[in-house]
Amino acid sequence: MENSKTGLKKFIYDFKRYLPLLFNLASKDIKVKYRRSVLGIAWSILNPLLTMLVLTQVFQMLLRVQVENFATYYIVGSSLWAFFSESTSLSLSSILGASSLIKKVYIPKYMFPLEKCIFAMINYLFSLIAVFLVMIIQGVYPTWTTLLAVLPILYCFVFCCGFSLILSAVTVYFRDMAHLYSVLLTVWMYLTPILYPISLIQDKPIIYNIVKLNPMFYYVEYIRDVMMYNTVPGIRDNLICIGFAVVFLALGSLIFKKCEGKFILHI
Amino acid sequence: MNKENAVELRNIEMHFNMSKEKLESFKEYFIKLAKRQLMFEDFKALDDVSFDIKKGDVFGIVGLNGSGKSTTLKIISGILKPTKGTVETSGVIAPLIELGAGFDMELTARENIYLNGSVLGYSRKFMNEKFNDIVEFSEMEQFLDTPMKNYSSGMVARIGFAIATVTTPDILIVDEILAVGDFLFQKKCEERINAMMNDNTTVIIVSHSIEQIERLCKHCVWLDKGKVRMIGETQEVCNAYKNEAH
Repeated sequence: MENSKTGLKKFIYDFKRYLPLLFNLASKDIKVKYRRSVLGIAWSILNPLLTMLVLTQVFQMLLRVQVENFATYYIVGSSLWAFFSESTSLSLSSILGASSLIKKVYIPKYMFPLEKCIFAMINYLFSLIAVFLVMIIQGVYPTWTTLLAVLPILYCFVFCCGFSLILSAVTVYFRDMAHLYSVLLTVWMYLTPILYPISLIQDKPIIYNIVKLNPMFYYVEYIRDVMMYNTVPGIRDNLICIGFAVVFLALGSLIFKKCEGKFILHI
Repeated sequence: MNKENAVELRNIEMHFNMSKEKLESFKEYFIKLAKRQLMFEDFKALDDVSFDIKKGDVFGIVGLNGSGKSTTLKIISGILKPTKGTVETSGVIAPLIELGAGFDMELTARENIYLNGSVLGYSRKFMNEKFNDIVEFSEMEQFLDTPMKNYSSGMVARIGFAIATVTTPDILIVDEILAVGDFLFQKKCEERINAMMNDNTTVIIVSHSIEQIERLCKHCVWLDKGKVRMIGETQEVCNAYKNEAH
């Protein structure tokens, strides 16, 4: 490490230098996650499938949700949600988890939440196999618009990184963020139209407006548009998605940068 | 900064907020805030510390427990930011990480070597080149593909030391960790450090073993309650330190 480099130059130098660390940490997480289980990577596919079976049955029978190809509708949305939920909750404790390293070596600290987001992204890509399986079983065949799914996934990834930076920094100061966040995630999930169509809440203005402020709503809608309905969202939708992602990334970087110098005194 | 110096510390002050108890939850925080008990005691770990370390020097830091030795090392290596004052260093700093800090015990030694290398900022290509050196030095060939949780602490220490010293850094920071491993391995470690010293590496050593400092160092600083008490030739400083202690 050279102290004489400052600002952006130092950031780029550090980022390049520690890029292998990012990949090694992610591959470590994957190895540790799958090495000890008999089915290994298959769990990433089986798990969403089984959850999908349970939830779609319950919601269709009890609540009589009327959505065409409900299983596809659910799994396309829920897999993206699972990515958001996994990346942010892992990032939340990432700084604390790396405390033994942070106390001893200089490492750019944003590497830890960023790595968790990459790890969650890899898991998500595996779970997309389950999504395509369900699509094909239900007769919703991929078309060229399916390729555009790259866009919402990318937007969502940037959003997750930004949000993770905020969470990981705050958790260093307040450990009970972890408990709070799991409750928040549950509320947030029900405020995202994953198990119900947005039309279901159109006549409830308060909830409807809250949902409209929810970034995840736009990402989920976007990915359904391109994967299920073969429509391409317009410029306005794209701008909203990019807007949320950029604002959260900027906010996250700002908060993280302000806090990171004092992490070591609290971990 | 002066071209001859590897490290320059200027008027370093380091403050810690020492709360009586560590507040770790919102609940505690707000209760204390409401009761107006949210007070911190300011603790000065380092007070106006200034010194230079010349390139190629072997520099020791002595002092009693709590005199600020480790804090000084952390400031030099960039882990802690000083409250006041400036630090300037030239070249690559390699810290001898607390042995095993960067390892994941579920992974094999082979995987951990690469992981730990990247923690120290080494590229994969570089690690590929040095992999055999590391294995050879640590003498762990036959256990390479065993998960590290099955290793003894001495075996972990061997691998850790081998990775940390695989390069010849410009500045090497050694914080009280030469006391691990069996005596043969300790000897091997000291030999390697000696070789580095001959390669014009600046070495900074913190140790409670005065004999070790006297044996290895050329210059020394004596820290006392966060202040520089004395600085100069090892023999003078160590003698004064020993006289004070007895």
